Amino acid sequence: MSGETGPEPTPSQTIGPFFHDALLERDLSELVSPDHPGAIRIEGAVCDGAGDPVPDAMVEVWQADAAGSYGSEEFSGFGRSGTDDEGRFSFTTVKPGPVPGPEGIPQAPHANVLIFARGLLRQVVTRLYFPDEEEANAADPVLASIEDAELRETLVARRVGDALRFDVRLQGEGQTAFFEFE
Amino acid sequence: MTQQTTGEAAGHPPYLYPDYKSTRLRAPKEPLVILPRSLPDVTGPAHGRGRIDATDADLTRQHEGEPLGERIILTGRVLDGDGRPVRNGLVEVWQANAAGRYTHQRDQHPAPLDPNFSGAGRCLTDDEGRYRFVTVRPGAYPWKNHDNAWRPAHVHFSVFGSSFRSRLITQMYFPGDPLFEHDPIFQSVRDPGAQRRMISSLDLGTTEPEWALGYRFDIVLEGRDATPFERPHA
Repeated sequence: MSGETGPEPTPSQTIGPFFHDALLERDLSELVSPDHPGAIRIEGAVCDGAGDPVPDAMVEVWQADAAGSYGSEEFSGFGRSGTDDEGRFSFTTVKPGPVPGPEGIPQAPHANVLIFARGLLRQVVTRLYFPDEEEANAADPVLASIEDAELRETLVARRVGDALRFDVRLQGEGQTAFFEFE
Repeated sequence: MTQQTTGEAAGHPPYLYPDYKSTRLRAPKEPLVILPRSLPDVTGPAHGRGRIDATDADLTRQHEGEPLGERIILTGRVLDGDGRPVRNGLVEVWQANAAGRYTHQRDQHPAPLDPNFSGAGRCLTDDEGRYRFVTVRPGAYPWKNHDNAWRPAHVHFSVFGSSFRSRLITQMYFPGDPLFEHDPIFQSVRDPGAQRRMISSLDLGTTEPEWALGYRFDIVLEGRDATPFERPHA
């Protein structure tokens, strides 16, 4: 923070185990209705360093609309899902369009994903990329900044039947790539 | 992860804090991938919470009768990293009742539930970034992290700013709580100055005489007020 003015941020603390009535009393996992043209379903599970499911996480997605715009009137681009006893979450949404990146290099279509849970003192931040965008993914500046191919691959969802599968491993073998801002 | 993350440098807790046992298997251990500052912020109100009623911000009026406990007013401002107010920002809170019990099926500690208290509220900030809740002061409660572990009284806050990077979930504490030094969640924030930023202050200006004590808690989010970036199809 050296050389910058402005107040210091309020520190993060864990969401704890008791957030459900306050944060998930309304179902916000459908960003569009399942019969919306182009609706896609995203499914995944959150697991810990022992490979056990995390049944008390909250997952948020923040994404652009199909044209690559954030926060439009018709499409908020925000969704929330809890996790069940198997750590599973799901969203119904549309595939986002490409969004602008640094120095005019477009970013491949992606959704920002935040995970909150008991035992996470601060949310972890990751990105979901799409498996049918090989060319755009190869040119994506954020993916390209990850040298470790295995770590990079954790960000690309897999197609399983009619859904996209995106698992989040918090720790250990195959840990998902998590981000922080410079 | 030996290097301090930028989050830790700003006063946030590390992911791994072994005294808080649940971090041991949930904290990521690979180094974080740095998103460059030049990356456009994800902007937008984007919380899609729908309508918010006046009773959503008054946790003492959500049932037939009034909850037991010490009635309090919690208020403060939500500011961005430049100290500017976050307007129309969603603030969600949840807390235990005065006896230290949550209305949650996983909270089974033998303290009474209060039929007149659910402990969940929400509101939007005004043009000055101000929020205000009426509630009761939550009790301390035991948890199973270690032998004879007790959480200091706290209210959970979930806050939205102008962009995705300003998203914050935290806990607000009450001044002078003797449990601070024994609580690994509070202590996971190492810097004393940062610890103080999680503690509300008694505010006589907010206090309503003969009715409720007032506490003030300002919240500062990461990131600057979003400058709209060029949209590809504009």
